[in-house]
Amino acid sequence: MRVTSADIARVFRAEHGRAVSVLIRALGDIDLAEDAVQDAFAVAVERWPREGMPPSPAGWIITTARRRAIDRLRRESTREARQAAAVALQAVDPGRGTHEPDEEGPVKDERLRLVFTCCHPALSREAQVALTLRLLGGLTTAEIAHAYLVPESTMAQRIVRAKSKIRTAGIPYRVPRDEDLPARLSSVLAVLYLVFTEGHTASAGDGLDRPDLAAEAIRLARQLAELMPDEPEALGLLALMLLTEARRPARTDAVGDLVLLPDQDRSRWDADLVAEGQALVRRCLRRNAPGPYQLQAAVNAVHTDATDAADTDWSQVVALYDHLLLLRPTDVVRLNRAVAVAELDGPHVALGLLDGLDLTAYAPFHVVRAELLDRLGRRDEARAAWAHAARLTDNAAQARHLRARADATGDGGLGGTGLRS
Amino acid sequence: MKTYLISLFSPDGPPPGEADLGRIMADLEAVNDDIRAAGSWVFAGGLGDQASATTIRKRDAVADAVLTDGPFVEAKEHLGGFSIVRSDDYDVVLGWAERIAGATGLPVEVRPFVDRDDPGQVPTDH
Repeated sequence: MRVTSADIARVFRAEHGRAVSVLIRALGDIDLAEDAVQDAFAVAVERWPREGMPPSPAGWIITTARRRAIDRLRRESTREARQAAAVALQAVDPGRGTHEPDEEGPVKDERLRLVFTCCHPALSREAQVALTLRLLGGLTTAEIAHAYLVPESTMAQRIVRAKSKIRTAGIPYRVPRDEDLPARLSSVLAVLYLVFTEGHTASAGDGLDRPDLAAEAIRLARQLAELMPDEPEALGLLALMLLTEARRPARTDAVGDLVLLPDQDRSRWDADLVAEGQALVRRCLRRNAPGPYQLQAAVNAVHTDATDAADTDWSQVVALYDHLLLLRPTDVVRLNRAVAVAELDGPHVALGLLDGLDLTAYAPFHVVRAELLDRLGRRDEARAAWAHAARLTDNAAQARHLRARADATGDGGLGGTGLRS
Repeated sequence: MKTYLISLFSPDGPPPGEADLGRIMADLEAVNDDIRAAGSWVFAGGLGDQASATTIRKRDAVADAVLTDGPFVEAKEHLGGFSIVRSDDYDVVLGWAERIAGATGLPVEVRPFVDRDDPGQVPTDH
């Protein structure tokens, strides 16, 4: 079978995190590890098309990277420490000397350590996101810069600075102790969710979403759920992403404008993702340790269970938000809860719940307010709220939708509900 | 093994009352005991207030020194005290810093000394 460059690119994406994490463990240095893995893929590009894909591409890459690292260290070993590192590396390389690289045996999964290093709380959130995508996701600096709409030099600098902090401050490369795990895991989950939400609704730009980032976040969340199968919040995060992603095909119309949840053609939802997400929700809720991601996933499971907005079990949604408020007493959660309350107790009650929420700079707050005012027949106020929301979003597809709502208000047309899409 | 500076930033104004200060010092001493027990203790101390500072400027070896009464930077919060610890576990150091912050209610900064020989380090006799 012919090995194409697309095949190799796929292996690169899939195995970069595993390979780099093993090499960091062996070399104690992120840059050296990245260079070695890069070298190994360069060799693969040259040899695989000729000799075929090895049975275990990841093992081949790791073995080759390790040898390249030894060569590189030898060549550059002006310092004793580097020479010593080369010797140490060679000691754990049983295949040295044979013609073909022996493939790495079952490699202990080092990726979990890498996740926790990349998402260490001593790094800024931006740095955590960039490092995770780069080291674990195997994205290039250019790709990450493109995804976040910043110049490549800015992103490169961010990554260099983060690596330098890891080295200088001595940020450890390991899975945290049990007593630190909940706090540290929540940092990892937050990073992955941040990547996903940016992919789901881009904070700026022309298109509504950036599917590549969302897909990357799901891939990483899958890895995490695989590596930590006993952490219900890791499963909950994956479920939340899948159930949100399932609705993507119905979120925009033919011209790329936003379609809100109640107006979506539910037959366009991805049934496989819905089924997988719902099964995950059931599985993690059985653990009876509900956390914020599981509860948000459960809300999405209720939505994806209903044939239409009217069929939705709104009392269940309100109950889930009540629970979530106990864990995350934030105004954004109160706003989401108010949307569900509107369906149960009417727009008047829900509007009362918005009073006192400190969300005036948050576009969805004005969307919900506009919707409720509209339903109460307070058209002028509704129109002003739509327009205000449109001004607050930098996402072009969202802004078009909101301006259209503002224009349509006053015609007596009853729109969709809420901010969810 | 790395050496870290844990510094504590105090606001201007009078120190806490007698009772509060007693509790704070007891809490800090408990952290210090743990740092010593871990073999990480190098040095720790509290500083006099900003008004007690003198800033010295001397452009080069031959220029006259200019002494200014007061701190280098006038700020609402100033370096109030610090600990120097040695550890090979950054997370443990961050944990101590968290406890110092918790005991005092003040912001705390953790910073590594530059690597290699950690210049300026005093030998520990603990």
